[in-house]
Amino acid sequence: MLGPVLETLIGGLLTGVLYSLVALGFVLIFKASGVFNFAQGTMVLFAALTLARLGETIPIVAAIALTAAIMIALAYAIERLVLRHLVNQEGMILFMATLGIAYFLDGFGQTLWGSDIYKIDLGMPREPIFLFESVFPGGLLIDPSELIAAVICAVLVAGLAVFFQVTRIGRALRAVADDHQAAQSVGIPLDYIWLIVWAVAGIVALVAGTMWGVKLGVQFSLAQVALKALPVLILGGLTSIPGAIVGGLIVGAGEKLAEVFLSPLLVRWFDLAGGGIENWFAYVLALLVLLVRPQGLFGEKIIERV
Amino acid sequence: MLYREVGQFKTSYVADQAIFPIAQDRWFVLLVLAFAIIGMPIVAGDYLCSEVLIPVLILSIAAIGLNILTGYCGQVSLGTGGFMAVGAYAAYNVVLRLPDLNLIIAFLFAGVMAMLVGVLFGLPSLRIKGFYLAVATLAAQFFLEWTFARVKWFTNYAPSGSVAVGRIDLFGIPINTPQRTYLVVLMFAVVLALAAKNLVRGRIGRMWTATRDMDIAAEIIGIRPLHAKLSAFAVSSFYIGIAGALWGFFRLGSWEPLAFDINRSFQVLFMVIIGGLGSILGSFLGAAFIVLVPLLLNQLPRWLDIPVSTATISHIESMVFGAMIVFFLIAEPNGLARLWATAKEKLRSWPFPY
Repeated sequence: MLGPVLETLIGGLLTGVLYSLVALGFVLIFKASGVFNFAQGTMVLFAALTLARLGETIPIVAAIALTAAIMIALAYAIERLVLRHLVNQEGMILFMATLGIAYFLDGFGQTLWGSDIYKIDLGMPREPIFLFESVFPGGLLIDPSELIAAVICAVLVAGLAVFFQVTRIGRALRAVADDHQAAQSVGIPLDYIWLIVWAVAGIVALVAGTMWGVKLGVQFSLAQVALKALPVLILGGLTSIPGAIVGGLIVGAGEKLAEVFLSPLLVRWFDLAGGGIENWFAYVLALLVLLVRPQGLFGEKIIERV
Repeated sequence: MLYREVGQFKTSYVADQAIFPIAQDRWFVLLVLAFAIIGMPIVAGDYLCSEVLIPVLILSIAAIGLNILTGYCGQVSLGTGGFMAVGAYAAYNVVLRLPDLNLIIAFLFAGVMAMLVGVLFGLPSLRIKGFYLAVATLAAQFFLEWTFARVKWFTNYAPSGSVAVGRIDLFGIPINTPQRTYLVVLMFAVVLALAAKNLVRGRIGRMWTATRDMDIAAEIIGIRPLHAKLSAFAVSSFYIGIAGALWGFFRLGSWEPLAFDINRSFQVLFMVIIGGLGSILGSFLGAAFIVLVPLLLNQLPRWLDIPVSTATISHIESMVFGAMIVFFLIAEPNGLARLWATAKEKLRSWPFPY
């Protein structure tokens, strides 16, 4: 019994790492500019599409570099064309603007690159690994590409943590996150900071898109992954990078376990036409956590004054 | 010159509390109504009725519902599609199981069911706010969508998972032409819009706006947040549920849960934002805008004689749509209703603006 549970758990945790990657992009932008960037999921799709199509003609390393450049250019365009005109608007309006960006990028990416299913080939090993064959009968089956994704994610998070805590720009980013006006008055250029944040979020989207693309193939449904990142986000807290990681792991493991073990029970009890509870399980889980901790697991405590 | 309230004296409380205190407004609304009821069914062809007027009116009802919640009470919801599905499936089941029931009662029942579900999913709003709440309402969206796809009872054990309504009668008259459907939908839209207009300027509406503007301050002056928020969720879901039932019966005819997916939620949210948060008129304008733009975009290549594949059209459509939304938010973040208000302000001093 323990074997299948552990296998599901590990599979879920590895998927969860990928959710974390998407959620990370959300958190970065929300922390630094207070924008709830709904377009993050589409940015993931766009980056993956660009990389997949470029990878067909030029070597993969060059394609990655070029895609990164394109994501930075995209960040610049978003800052210049959209955000700059919406300074001082309410959060809701900014959120709607990112929805507009999401629609635009959806159409733009698919008009430009086509809407078939594409492959990203990084030359990762595809043979499943079996672990602990001596402990469990049959061992534990693990997909090595997911393992690599997890390692890359860990490196990325460590890099971002250093970037935020140690470097000059990171300090400026945290200042902007704390208070726009105060940061501006000590001479931190807001538009430059926003450009950096969106560029970093674009790069994170590229990493996430690459990993998901390797796992599932690049297609439109990749944007749906972003919807899975939302419960991760509120579970961990909108402003917390560790929260995004832990939230991703909880959601990934939780929904896999629920799908494998809870779903058949529900189907039997309620005579359902099939399971598929992973579509909403993460949301309900997040909702329950929010009822106890309204700011998420790691979010800053919300202090309200009149 | 034409539009000013100078000289219109109010001598009674009734006159002072009228919905449209200015005579010109009153006449204008009456004229539009008269034209919509009498003129439109004669003038409008089948295409105009079924592709433009009916969707606009039904989605206006949904937009009014969401506007009550988001625009007046300040609670962001992304679960509109799910609540519409509750309305549609409730109406389907009540018509299926009680075939002799009057359709209006069935639709009201659909609204009430959506209201109950809405209140249930509105409960978290007492604890969580802002974007956290927005994402939490997505739980409602996905859970409800899944429920109607999986629980066989709701679809009457249909093997395909989609449901279809049969002949629709209202007071013995078959509703079988686009014009008749239009009139039924119009009736719902007018009654519900007037009710909403009255609701938001009364005690309950003030309660909502106070909660929206600053919930803690509202609580201090004696407004119970439990009452304010849950009543907003209830009324809003009632409207959205009726809109869902109308959408299923009069627009789709047969549908599956996918018809009420998250894109529907976003569509209605766009209507509210583009029309104007906190405006009943804005809900109509926003709905008209969002329905008409894709229609125009679809027709455009045909008029210009550019050969484009349908897939490309749908991609370009979503591009243009996204760009328009961003443009609109930059140009007029307060929505079409504000443009209308500005126009009225200008008209007031026309033709001598100084």
